[in-house]
Amino acid sequence: MSEVKVKKQANTQSVFKLFLKNVKKDKLAMFGVVVLIFFIGVAIFSEALAPHGPRDRHYTEEGTIKRLEAPSLSHPFGTTDVGRDIFSQVILGTKTALTVGLLAALLVTIVGSVVGIISGYYGGVVDTVIMRVVDFFYAIPFIPFVIVLAAVLKPSIWNIILAVSLLSWRTVARLVRSQVLSIAKRPFIKAGRVAGAGDIRLMFKYILPNVVPLIMLEMAFMVNWAIAAEASIAFLGFGDPNVPSWGQILHIVFTTGNSRVAWWWVTAPGMAIVLLLLSIFFVARALEEVVDPRLRGR
Amino acid sequence: MLNFLLRRIGVMFLMIFLVSTMIFFMFRLMPGDPTAFVVDPSIPTEAREQLLDRYGLNESLFVQYQIFIKDLVRLDFGDSYFYNRPAIEIIQEKLAATLILMIAAMIIAYTIGVLIGALMAWRRGTKFESFAITFALFFRSAPTFWIGLIAILVVSVQFGLLPAQGMRSAGTGGGTFSEMFLNLDFLRHLILPTIVASLYFIATPLLIMRNSMLEVMSEDYIEMARAKGIKEWKILYYHAARNALLPVVTAGALFIGSAIGGQVLLEVVFSWPGLGREIVTAVTRHDYPLAQACFIIISAVVMFMNLVADLMYAFLDPRISYN
Repeated sequence: MSEVKVKKQANTQSVFKLFLKNVKKDKLAMFGVVVLIFFIGVAIFSEALAPHGPRDRHYTEEGTIKRLEAPSLSHPFGTTDVGRDIFSQVILGTKTALTVGLLAALLVTIVGSVVGIISGYYGGVVDTVIMRVVDFFYAIPFIPFVIVLAAVLKPSIWNIILAVSLLSWRTVARLVRSQVLSIAKRPFIKAGRVAGAGDIRLMFKYILPNVVPLIMLEMAFMVNWAIAAEASIAFLGFGDPNVPSWGQILHIVFTTGNSRVAWWWVTAPGMAIVLLLLSIFFVARALEEVVDPRLRGR
Repeated sequence: MLNFLLRRIGVMFLMIFLVSTMIFFMFRLMPGDPTAFVVDPSIPTEAREQLLDRYGLNESLFVQYQIFIKDLVRLDFGDSYFYNRPAIEIIQEKLAATLILMIAAMIIAYTIGVLIGALMAWRRGTKFESFAITFALFFRSAPTFWIGLIAILVVSVQFGLLPAQGMRSAGTGGGTFSEMFLNLDFLRHLILPTIVASLYFIATPLLIMRNSMLEVMSEDYIEMARAKGIKEWKILYYHAARNALLPVVTAGALFIGSAIGGQVLLEVVFSWPGLGREIVTAVTRHDYPLAQACFIIISAVVMFMNLVADLMYAFLDPRISYN
């Protein structure tokens, strides 16, 4: 058992080392890491960093509401039509985006990996049945499904995470399965079985460590996917009304018709989404080069 | 080939049936009053009872399911509460608008994406390549609806170049197909949403084409073509690109499923009277029969597009035999 453990650690460690090496030589990957750390920092300290509450109304000295003010020193991203501070809303939205992204991605990768390993390990009828189920989930269009789900369930952050997870595990399952299919045929699995290891043990102590790099990579892509999905759902107005998010800010600017007037109100949350997604993508790409050696040097 | 085609169509219908079944049970088994999904809750009690009887809602779930499937085969999705008309009629009106926008954007994105992707691989390591990659990644990461909002702000509001809303100017156009779609006013309305949609779609064909071209270019027959003295652009598009197309088609098929999501968002942003916008408004109005019908038809459209992609795949690669 200890031998396997050592092997697993070595595997994860070398992946991490290679990743760091990639980051050092690839400027875009470096950019990704720096921006991502920045966003994570903002998310953790969002409550302390946001100068105002998301719904606070701001008044001028004469007592009128600061309606649709362009960016200034006191409001770096300007104000909304009812005098709310967009800067604070964007900062608080960071936390929502990252929470949804990470939680949904975690759920998706766990479910997808377990299903993929089981499918690839057992093969035969189990594999066929699971893969037909995967095919079925591929046939459901994502955004329309979430919209319908929003009609039946109450809008909340948890239901969005649920909806994203429900339809995204299939991608991970299919990728992990194809990797496991080839690993399961290798001699060390046979050796393990002869030594008396059971199915569960073979799957999670022998096979899993070998697909961990692939799983980590998929998880990075899933974080991106989940953040984009949450923003889209909130933009359509099916998000959690009590939690400030980037998509919600854009929903309000669009439905009030101010998206044609207040460029600052549209730009700030949008740029935040683009920067966060790009940074995660660059990190994932540096990781991909570690996982798939064929990509190195391209 | 015929066998493959028939089997593939069979699978498509099975999937449509399964997705419809899922949506049926999703609506009926969720908390709250399930009859609200079929009979408008706001009408008087007696009329409501009558309607419940008529729709068989006092029957068991299994009997209801049988009725639902029978109606599905006849394409009867019930009446929309909001429009007071059969849901299928409303869908017929919206489907053309959705398909025109989607197919126009797909054609533009795939043509330009494939051509430039091939060129990128050919000019590997140049400024042109890194610019094209950054461009594609930016528009893939940026949410479609946000690009749409920015495009409206800049192109329509700031410069007043193109209309930003709907499918035609107020007071023009009639009910027939040619009056609705075959005129300049419609084309003008189509331009901006098509450009934004293609910007979102283009990353997939562009990047995959580049990768598969890189693989093809290391093959011997490219070397051979060069040795024969064939012109550079001819090797690029006649010899290499043709063989690199295959993965683009496969990836395209899988991409359609997520493309429809971007389409829904764009239809909302541009007030485009298509299926995507309709499903959003139907859900906000609690018009469940219409929402359910929209969902089933959108799924069917996606599956049909996948079928077309599969057939194209078979056509492009003569090595694949389906017998």
